[in-house]
Amino acid sequence: MSVLELRGVCRTHGAGAAMVEALRDVSLTVAAGELVAVMGPSGSGKSTLLNLAGGLDRPDRGAVLVEGQELAGMSRNALADLRRRRVGYVFQALNLVPGLTAVENVALPLELAGMSPRKARKCAQHALSEVDLRDCDERFPDEMSGGQQQRVAIARALIGERRLVLADEPTGALDSVTGEAVLRLLRSKVDDGAAGVLVTHEARHAAWADRVVFLRDGSIVDISGPLAQPESLLPQVVEA
Amino acid sequence: MSIRYGLLALLERGPRYGYQLRAEFEDSTGGTWPLNIGQVYTTLNRLERDGLVHPLPENEGGQRPYEITDAGRAELTLWFATPLARADRPRDELSIKLALAITTPGVDVRQVVQTQRTATMRALQEYTRLKRDDGDLPWRLVLDAMIYQSEAELRWLDHCESALVRYRPRAAKPVPEEARQHERA
Repeated sequence: MSVLELRGVCRTHGAGAAMVEALRDVSLTVAAGELVAVMGPSGSGKSTLLNLAGGLDRPDRGAVLVEGQELAGMSRNALADLRRRRVGYVFQALNLVPGLTAVENVALPLELAGMSPRKARKCAQHALSEVDLRDCDERFPDEMSGGQQQRVAIARALIGERRLVLADEPTGALDSVTGEAVLRLLRSKVDDGAAGVLVTHEARHAAWADRVVFLRDGSIVDISGPLAQPESLLPQVVEA
Repeated sequence: MSIRYGLLALLERGPRYGYQLRAEFEDSTGGTWPLNIGQVYTTLNRLERDGLVHPLPENEGGQRPYEITDAGRAELTLWFATPLARADRPRDELSIKLALAITTPGVDVRQVVQTQRTATMRALQEYTRLKRDDGDLPWRLVLDAMIYQSEAELRWLDHCESALVRYRPRAAKPVPEEARQHERA
């Protein structure tokens, strides 16, 4: 079953002469165990798509379904619960809570979901060690570098029973090797059964996905899936 | 890539016979660049003709090892020391194709760009998938090279697309006065 489904979704921003059609009749499904990357120039609708998928925004037309449930039909509480337990977000703005340490930030969604603080803390410590931040447990966000904060945000997004992970340029502040480590984490979360959507303008990052969706002016113009004959890509050796 | 230098580099490690060379060449490239044994022997014959390798007596198994000569060693050193010139590589058909697409009437250039982009993205996805399985450093670096080349091509395609959005073709020839009058009528 698809974890995320967008059915003929339209979304406009603004009105009158300033009206922008951010998404025009976009349909997309993402299955469990599948990572889909969304690429496109600035203003092509990438972030709008992600906001709709996460229930942070509502479409003007069409439907968004997460695990078969249409978001428009859900109560405010049910939607909040879904965002807290089932959906993980990594956005460009990291949204770490400044008054909480790294481990408290990561444990927060688990505690909000009803886990005991002690157990949540233990899970958070494990999640931090997976992003190579075991030694930064007790630091506050302003005591960490941009890259470290980014990794805390990723640990928080991937923790718990997330069925859907939404990432908007998750490697933004990281060097290429750490960036790759983050993509590996995202990839392994998806390989463990979550569905993932990754918005990026970096082709090298999008390449970690199973499918790459190209958006232009709010519409999907193409989708790149796996190759039938991958060996044809490797350089051929010629005789001397 | 030419296997000539590949074989010289392997022979620099010590004498080897054909099957060994083939196996080691494939090992050093993660087993994904298959060589056939005929290619190996043809190349060895040419290297021998050019005085870069020297055949040794057959061993008990009937295999004839080759060793690198001083001239071969000098050739290999030169190869490592010389950067590959852009001009030595095949002409870039893609850039020529796009240049022609822009000036050929009736061609949807954005579609040409997108078709290429999807194909290059597929290749990039495949290289990345291969990289997920941890391999030896030489193989990972070979994959990285292909990853960065594909990425460069995709960036260039993005650039082409943004440039196309702003592109207004220059009028090829001024329209004759007669035709303009005809148009107004």
